[in-house]
Amino acid sequence: MTSITTGFVRTDLLPPQPAPRENASILGWVRANLLATPKDALLTVLAVALLLWTVPGMLNWLFFDAVWTGADRTACLTGAQGGVQPNGWTGACWAFVGERFEQFMFGRYPIDERWRPMLVAALFSLLLIPILIPKVPYKGWNALALFVVFPILAFFILHGGFFVFQEVETPLWGGLMVTLILSFVGIAVSLPVGILLALGRRSQMPVIRTLCVVFIEVIRGVPLITVLFMANVMLPLFLPTGWTIDNFLRALIGVALFASAYMAEVVRGGLQAIPKGQYEGADSLGLSYWQKTRLIIMPQALKLVIPGIVNTFIGLFKDTSLVSIIGMFDLLGIVQLNFTDINWITPVTPSTGLIFAGFVFWLFCFGMSRYSAFMERHLDTGHK
Amino acid sequence: MKKTLLSATIGAAVLGLGSAASAATLDDVKAKGFVQCVVNTGLAGFSAPDASGNWTGFDVDYCRALAAAIFNDPSKVKFTPTTAQTRFTALQSGEGDVMFRNTTWTINRDTALGLNFRTVNYYDGQGFMVPKSLDVSSALELSGAAVCVQSGTTTELNLADYFKANNLEYNPVVFEKLPEVNAAYQEGRCDVYTTDQSGLYSIRLSLSNPDEHIVLPEIISKEPLGPAVRQGDDQWFDIVSWTHFALVQAEEFGITQANVDEMKNSENPEIRRLLGVEADSKIGTDLGLDNDWAYNIIKHVGNYGEVFERNIGMSTPLKIERGLNALWTKGGLQYAMPIR
Repeated sequence: MTSITTGFVRTDLLPPQPAPRENASILGWVRANLLATPKDALLTVLAVALLLWTVPGMLNWLFFDAVWTGADRTACLTGAQGGVQPNGWTGACWAFVGERFEQFMFGRYPIDERWRPMLVAALFSLLLIPILIPKVPYKGWNALALFVVFPILAFFILHGGFFVFQEVETPLWGGLMVTLILSFVGIAVSLPVGILLALGRRSQMPVIRTLCVVFIEVIRGVPLITVLFMANVMLPLFLPTGWTIDNFLRALIGVALFASAYMAEVVRGGLQAIPKGQYEGADSLGLSYWQKTRLIIMPQALKLVIPGIVNTFIGLFKDTSLVSIIGMFDLLGIVQLNFTDINWITPVTPSTGLIFAGFVFWLFCFGMSRYSAFMERHLDTGHK
Repeated sequence: MKKTLLSATIGAAVLGLGSAASAATLDDVKAKGFVQCVVNTGLAGFSAPDASGNWTGFDVDYCRALAAAIFNDPSKVKFTPTTAQTRFTALQSGEGDVMFRNTTWTINRDTALGLNFRTVNYYDGQGFMVPKSLDVSSALELSGAAVCVQSGTTTELNLADYFKANNLEYNPVVFEKLPEVNAAYQEGRCDVYTTDQSGLYSIRLSLSNPDEHIVLPEIISKEPLGPAVRQGDDQWFDIVSWTHFALVQAEEFGITQANVDEMKNSENPEIRRLLGVEADSKIGTDLGLDNDWAYNIIKHVGNYGEVFERNIGMSTPLKIERGLNALWTKGGLQYAMPIR
């Protein structure tokens, strides 16, 4: 036996070294990510040129050259147009948005009564924020308050007609307030109704299944605008004389039904993704149909389709602007309506107003999207 | 056959409902305490909201005049804003009592649609706008011009008719949507912009240099805009019609919002009859209103000229001239039927 001598065995690990300088420095990052190959370099140069070409102009138009204060259209007109700006000027007319801001929020709601929508908004935030934070307890009571008690309370506060609350009819409601009411009711109704419809569509009972299929396919097969038109102008023709249903209520019902049909299909997608073993496992435990659905199937199915659900919510939120076609003024509608005000007609008013409306819509939609991403991470159990 | 019968029955049912809803509109209106007017969802100067969200405009003032005639209170009004597509259904289905919505009086609407028109509160028509630099003062000098026009509208057809009838050459530059037409005209892709004249005035305001453009005097199509009511209620139809005539007649007599109280002491029997101070006058009660209905209209809203000036006239940014809408005594077409 010859002994094998080992030349060298390291007994301890080398301490970690800093990364090579050409990788760690900003220059290194730029080289690796932006200028790695001639093609990359060319694309980078083009992209930077595009940014330099568009962004400063945009920033100038939006902020630096923009008009922030003013009482009427002359503030946003050039000298040649009869205004105060230098000739050749163009920029956003935020003065218009500022002057009409309250109207964009509340529509034509009487000025003296506008504390009421604010009160409702405060109440809404008070109930919504705790339900969104997973750690806060009493979710059940909170949901009951938000989805059942709050809508009724909000309706009485907004509509009034008793006590100190002077009556404010729904044609006077408008702006962001209407957008939020329509989407809140749409969301609050469509999720439970959609779940029931999805379960109904998979039901063994032929009558229930047929009813659900017919409802979903009819509503989903018709454009929202048609549903709104029917509700708005055709319904009164079929009702007995003297019967009227509030215009706003008709739109609410139309939007809610429409969203429910879409939601049903999203939820059904989740139900179909649950393996058969889960159903059988629940059955073998002796759970009833509703126990099985509530405790085993739905929690898994809904978690799977969070992106789809939020997608529907976001779509619904934006679809509410279609009510402006039937003579109701949601945020977009009231902004556009104000373009026709002769005190504010200028070449830059429409673009400014639309940018504002777009920004508000984006804020809400982006918020929903971020929250859903958070929820997905929070509920992730690693079973995917 | 069966199908025809069915649709006829449904049609009859719908018509029946319509007329049932319109019988004695005045009583309905008095019972509910306000006039519900079908208006435009937004047309500068005609119906648009002001800073505090109140509806204002030429058509809106007509609605207020009607409320003043009935209730002596111009604020007893409610509005149903409608788009061009929903306006007729809204009126037919009883969503409004009367329509003041820059709507052209045509035979089709007067008969087949089941509406009634009798008065014209704004004579509109298709017109032309050109840059001042073109140095043109009449549409007849426009031979060879490039004309910006919206496709698929009566405007496009009227344009073709007019240039053909006058043996003029032209080069249409056609766009699908109005904002595109605006942009093309602004960029100088055409020499002439054509659409309804009242529209041209508000479009001119959104151009970057409004004072460099003029609206030519020619009107090449007839667009008489007037109030409409449902068929089947003659009393209500009369009230709406005579509200307009009272406004026009007041201007002819020189009765204004400011001097209407003095005018009550006028010696002129015609003025006294209009204002309801003539002892044996029964004009108002015959209409189903109070005898001072016309006085109330003028007191609260003013005369036709005042309504015009306040909303769309030379003192407003729209700067629309009276033109055809001047009184008949001043070369226009506004002519009130005798109030006696």
